[in-house]
Amino acid sequence: MTTPLISARDVNVRFRITRPGDMPWTAPRHLHAVNGVSFDLMPGQTLGIVGESGCGKSTLARALIQMAPAEGQVIWQGSDDLLALSPSRMKRYRSEIQMIFQDPLASLNPRMTLGQIIAEPLRTHRPDLGRDEVKTRVRDMMDRVGLLPQMINRYPHEFSGGQCQRIGIARALIVEPKLLICDEPVSALDVSIQAQVIELLQELQSDLGLAMIFIAHDLSVVKHISDEVMVLYLGRMMEKAPSELLYADPQHPYTQALMSAVPVPDPVIEREKTIIPLHGDLPSPMAPPSGCVFRTRCPRAEAACAEEVPQPGRGRHQCACLFPGRLTAEEVA
Amino acid sequence: MVYDSERMEAIAERMGEDEVAGRSLWADARRRFLSNKAAMVGLVLLVFVTLFALFGGYLAQWSNEELDYNVMGVVAQEGGPSLENGHYFGVDELGRDLYARTVQGTQVSLMVGLVGALVAVVVGTMYGATAGYVGGRVDAAMMRAVDILMAIPYMFVLILILVMYGRSMTALFVGLGLISWLEMSRIVRGQTLSLKNREFIEAARATGVSGVTIIRRHIVPNLLGVIAVYATLLVPLMILTESFISFLGLGVQEPLTSLGALISQGASTMAYGTIWQLAFPLLFFCLTLFGFFFVGDGLRDALDPKDR
Amino acid sequence: MPLLEIDDLNVSFDTGDGEVHAVNGLSLTLDRGETLGIVGESGSGKSQTAFATLGLLAKNGRASGSIRFDGEEILNAPARTLNRIRAERIAIIFQDPMTSLNPYMRISDQMAEVLMLHKGLGKRAALAEAVRMLDAVRIPGAKDRIRLYPHEFSGGMRQRVMIAMSLLCQPDLLIADEPTTALDVTVQAQIMRLLQELQAEFGMATMLITHDLGVVAGFCERVTVMYGGKVMERAPVHPIFAQPTHPYTRGLLQAVPRVDRGQETMQAIPGNPPNMARPPSGCPFRPRCAFADEDCAVMPPLAPAGEARERACHRPVKEVAA
Repeated sequence: MTTPLISARDVNVRFRITRPGDMPWTAPRHLHAVNGVSFDLMPGQTLGIVGESGCGKSTLARALIQMAPAEGQVIWQGSDDLLALSPSRMKRYRSEIQMIFQDPLASLNPRMTLGQIIAEPLRTHRPDLGRDEVKTRVRDMMDRVGLLPQMINRYPHEFSGGQCQRIGIARALIVEPKLLICDEPVSALDVSIQAQVIELLQELQSDLGLAMIFIAHDLSVVKHISDEVMVLYLGRMMEKAPSELLYADPQHPYTQALMSAVPVPDPVIEREKTIIPLHGDLPSPMAPPSGCVFRTRCPRAEAACAEEVPQPGRGRHQCACLFPGRLTAEEVA
Repeated sequence: MVYDSERMEAIAERMGEDEVAGRSLWADARRRFLSNKAAMVGLVLLVFVTLFALFGGYLAQWSNEELDYNVMGVVAQEGGPSLENGHYFGVDELGRDLYARTVQGTQVSLMVGLVGALVAVVVGTMYGATAGYVGGRVDAAMMRAVDILMAIPYMFVLILILVMYGRSMTALFVGLGLISWLEMSRIVRGQTLSLKNREFIEAARATGVSGVTIIRRHIVPNLLGVIAVYATLLVPLMILTESFISFLGLGVQEPLTSLGALISQGASTMAYGTIWQLAFPLLFFCLTLFGFFFVGDGLRDALDPKDR
Repeated sequence: MPLLEIDDLNVSFDTGDGEVHAVNGLSLTLDRGETLGIVGESGSGKSQTAFATLGLLAKNGRASGSIRFDGEEILNAPARTLNRIRAERIAIIFQDPMTSLNPYMRISDQMAEVLMLHKGLGKRAALAEAVRMLDAVRIPGAKDRIRLYPHEFSGGMRQRVMIAMSLLCQPDLLIADEPTTALDVTVQAQIMRLLQELQAEFGMATMLITHDLGVVAGFCERVTVMYGGKVMERAPVHPIFAQPTHPYTRGLLQAVPRVDRGQETMQAIPGNPPNMARPPSGCPFRPRCAFADEDCAVMPPLAPAGEARERACHRPVKEVAA
């Protein structure tokens, strides 16, 4: 068995919350944004992370590259723990792990030209390269992601959302990373453009042997790109399984609810299907429920769910539920 | 996968043809600025005042230090503006050519304004951007320092400096420079805080760009709009402050003069029928201030179209 | 007589880049109690159609053509007429409910105010009616929660409040502009379900403006597909999803990621959306269309194509739908 490219063990992220008017000696309150998440990602594979707003999916991704205060272990290629590295030693890994963002326009500096934007990681990590070499590489990369060479001196606001996301991808890939973290890269794009960007990412992945962490807020987008999918809820992992297993046979009630909620563009199916209702609102992440965090909204919750924190177990299909399995018609109704 | 890249390129080619050169945000702003009438009037005024300060001296027939003995003592009757004796703006109460004095006063006032604003821009921007970007305790400490400095009555300090170190240009610049950057650093810090959470800054941090480079490459260029606006509005404030000091009699020392000092002298002799001694310096003073304020407003509208 | 009849609507905006044509010659009708979906991507003109209907265009916008509501011309009508119609007969819900809720007023006061002003109810009766409406949108504990301020509700609950407010005067027409785009999927499913139930209960005609084909499939009877400010195709919901006859509709359906099908079904539409300041001549979809040829430099008219269907395309149905 090959070593995982990145192996996260029991990652926790706690934010200190200071409220206005708090004195320096007031005991800070903590928001436990990510709670004990573990996963392995093999080279060239894609992990999809799915969850609704406030589930900690973006925070988890940022924690991996020291952009959020994290505890636990993130082992890179079986050697260094990324969370324990000093900022200067971490810098080397910042070219190995690159990121693309949700809002394509906001992630580009409006005062820089396309060429300058794409060249920035190269200038940071390869100061030895000459101007011409940088320019050649930028042009090659633009060509790769479908941007025309004559666009090199133009500014981000002159491009459409889809083109901006291509610029973001070019910037991320110019330093030849091994891992690309995609934080909802298509959520802000039009449907017809979403598919373009996903196709481009898939093509680049197979050409360059990239591993990807692909974050999304619903299950439909990740389905097309992920080898493995992890579902988060209130900072905890609910279910994780190889893509085909998860979609064919979701075990966790939350996964099933999430899947049933995705609208299907087919009036026959859409009108026939049963949507699993979730009761009430998302609990406050400052005061999550005891035991299983999903129990307050779960159609299957029992007394035991408030007592015991369900563990995801081991193996290919992990499900953090005391009573896993498909929901029955009575439970749904 | 049916991914027709050739077709796509052809399409993109067609779309790319109608516009070749990049149009930066600056170019957009310039276009808006040039179409703003008030701003253009302000710009013309400023250009006029600047030309007057730089080259007006060549047109003078008298130097600013020379006393015209012909009009001495009969200033009210003989010293008025006249082309014949070469005193275009008349003479001051000592018989010195007011035209030459106004040219010199405008030079000094502009310089005071520009130097004051320059200090504010350089120090204020670096201080504010650093505090805002680093954040946390450093930010708190740096901004409390600014608060404390701001709490000191600056006019008092300024007067103290001028009294202690003598009335020199250097002392004036130091005094104005000390106070001018405070407000600027606060504005810059506020803007930096809101920029810091933008995704492109996060993107740069994720890539491993160093903090100093992020400030230089990503934060400052995006602050330039605000800085430019504030700086153009700061110049007239500096000129006003200097004038006030000069009016009190603590400004630049004779034979140097400034618009404020000239206005002060003109005002003190107003009762003797030499109104031109007040009118000409005041005219240039007002033109300068109007010019800067109009240009500043125009810049704000041009650089921040969302705010309207 | 249809409830809403839009005829040859044109909407344009004066911008720094010149004149932008957001909507070009749009015509549509909506009967009482009917649900119409307007589908399009950003820049298709779908939202501007709604804004023009309600007289809510931005200051630099101009609209021409005709919009008749219940026989009365309302396009560019005087503010007073529009205010009356907006208050009592046409309601709109937006993507962000906070745009129409006053953050400084209790929900109870905001809702009661509407009823007192337009229905002439007394304060007590108005409050009772408001609670009844919050119950109708399934807000648990409506009696107590009506005293809260808008920010004290979660996103989904806020959208429910918004819907309750829009239904207070029992409008004949509800325009829902991307009502669930800002919400999580599970909340979206609840809100769409709710809208469906309310539509059946109150029987108002509904115009659902969205980019999400899945939402339309579940909610609407008829669908109008827009692109570049023009109508590409319109049809009843079942046939349009089963057999799209316009290349754009077809491309859009193939581009949607589906949770219920295998990986091979997703296919992108190449190219970028049109720049509406410089739209392509003829059919706006021409530069991205796999079927386009020289004819397409002239915009095809919206022509009947089968039962209750219309499409604007030069290529024959057989060729496109194959």
